[in-house]
Amino acid sequence: MEFEPTIVGFLCNWCSYTGADLAGTARIKHQPNLRVIRVMCSGRVDPTFIMQAFASGADGVMICGCHPGDCHYLEGNDKAYRRFQLLKPLMAAYGIEEQRLRLEWVSASEGERFARLVDTMTAELKELGPLDLPPDLSLVPGPCPDTPAVREVTHG
Amino acid sequence: MAEASEKKKLQIAIYWGAACGGCDVAVLDTDAFILDVAELADIRLWPLAVDGKYADVEAMEDRELDLVLFNGAVRNSENQHVAELLRKKSKVMVAMGSCAHLGGIPGLANEFSKDEIFNRAYLDNPSIEEGNVVLPVAEKMVAAGTLTLPHFHRAVRTLSDVVEVDYFMPGCPPAPEQVKAVLLAVVTGELPPVGSVVGASDRALCDECDRRKDEKKVTRFFRPWQIIQDPEKCLLEQGILCAGSVTRAGCGVRCPDSGMPCRGCYGPPPNVKDQGAKFISAISSIVESRDAEEIERVLGEIPDVMGYAYRFGLPASTLQRSTRSQ
Repeated sequence: MEFEPTIVGFLCNWCSYTGADLAGTARIKHQPNLRVIRVMCSGRVDPTFIMQAFASGADGVMICGCHPGDCHYLEGNDKAYRRFQLLKPLMAAYGIEEQRLRLEWVSASEGERFARLVDTMTAELKELGPLDLPPDLSLVPGPCPDTPAVREVTHG
Repeated sequence: MAEASEKKKLQIAIYWGAACGGCDVAVLDTDAFILDVAELADIRLWPLAVDGKYADVEAMEDRELDLVLFNGAVRNSENQHVAELLRKKSKVMVAMGSCAHLGGIPGLANEFSKDEIFNRAYLDNPSIEEGNVVLPVAEKMVAAGTLTLPHFHRAVRTLSDVVEVDYFMPGCPPAPEQVKAVLLAVVTGELPPVGSVVGASDRALCDECDRRKDEKKVTRFFRPWQIIQDPEKCLLEQGILCAGSVTRAGCGVRCPDSGMPCRGCYGPPPNVKDQGAKFISAISSIVESRDAEEIERVLGEIPDVMGYAYRFGLPASTLQRSTRSQ
């Protein structure tokens, strides 16, 4: 069976959620892999949410907000953009590929764009495979399953 | 007679796992108080200062020790063995210092795989003399018998990942007055509910910091040595990455008072699950720009985001370690 990625989507109430709604009412077909969580603003998305999503088994996270300058709260999407700039190197350090975290601007009229974004991200993640996070450290029984660091000893 | 009075004495052990020894020094930093400790308590094991063998601990009754101060993270099989042993033999176990509490500086190794760490330490390190490579092995036969080394685990774990911990005493190292307060609490039996963070405040460090705080708007970040700082003004407002807003108070604001930014060793304040996530949030919210290119430039200049966000707490973060450390 083909791998079906789970993507968590944080959609801003004013633009992107409405855009996703438009995709629905306009009966635009797209992949069913995105689990949508409606937030009031993309600036509401705390980095903790993203890490919790990955830790809870998401293969990808997509944050969608209003286009720059269009934010209902004036600059919430700018804040999201700044956080995203620090999240990128952090995710890389965690070994989480960059395709797994996306920040996209979707307006209320861009139902088609929303549908294509979901399709693209789903296709990319299908290619990448599941996010294989190591098991929770407190659940690892006994010593972290391991072999001793056996190497040949050489004396120069 | 001597035995009867000795039995009343508090039985304590102080142990280090993957640690630098700073927490042990923090115990010694209680100055003359350490003499009172010696008066009130029998120190049964303290590798830094007192003789004592693992075999002595193994010979103890279960729960014979009244208090164990365990500092250091769990990095290898020896750390784990002694943590489990001391847990069994003790009534109260305190995770002392950042390493036992959150993983600490050694916890940053969770960003890398075991092989990467091994190669860096023994093969690629610039201080290694060419042609003089010595690699450790877990077992070695010599004339006197077999010598063994502890097994190196794939990931650094906090003490509470391995055994049940009664209290957490944060800090790298904990402030000596806090060490003293915790020891006194054990002596008098006035202990908070199990699972509490002890020897620290319930507020964020900024609450206790005396520097002047106005509006935070930053267009460039500096490392402490890159700027001549205003000694009165909030460090973050001057563009120096300070973790005070996402760190529990209780240290006495030692670093910002001496002109150094808070690095976050007291861990997240209550109700914050992920200190690094909040750090990122805080730092990105003070950047004074709405221009995508400028934002990228300003934030792109921050070196090693992982190191800043989780300097003392990677193993205790939501994701705990990188996918490479499997």
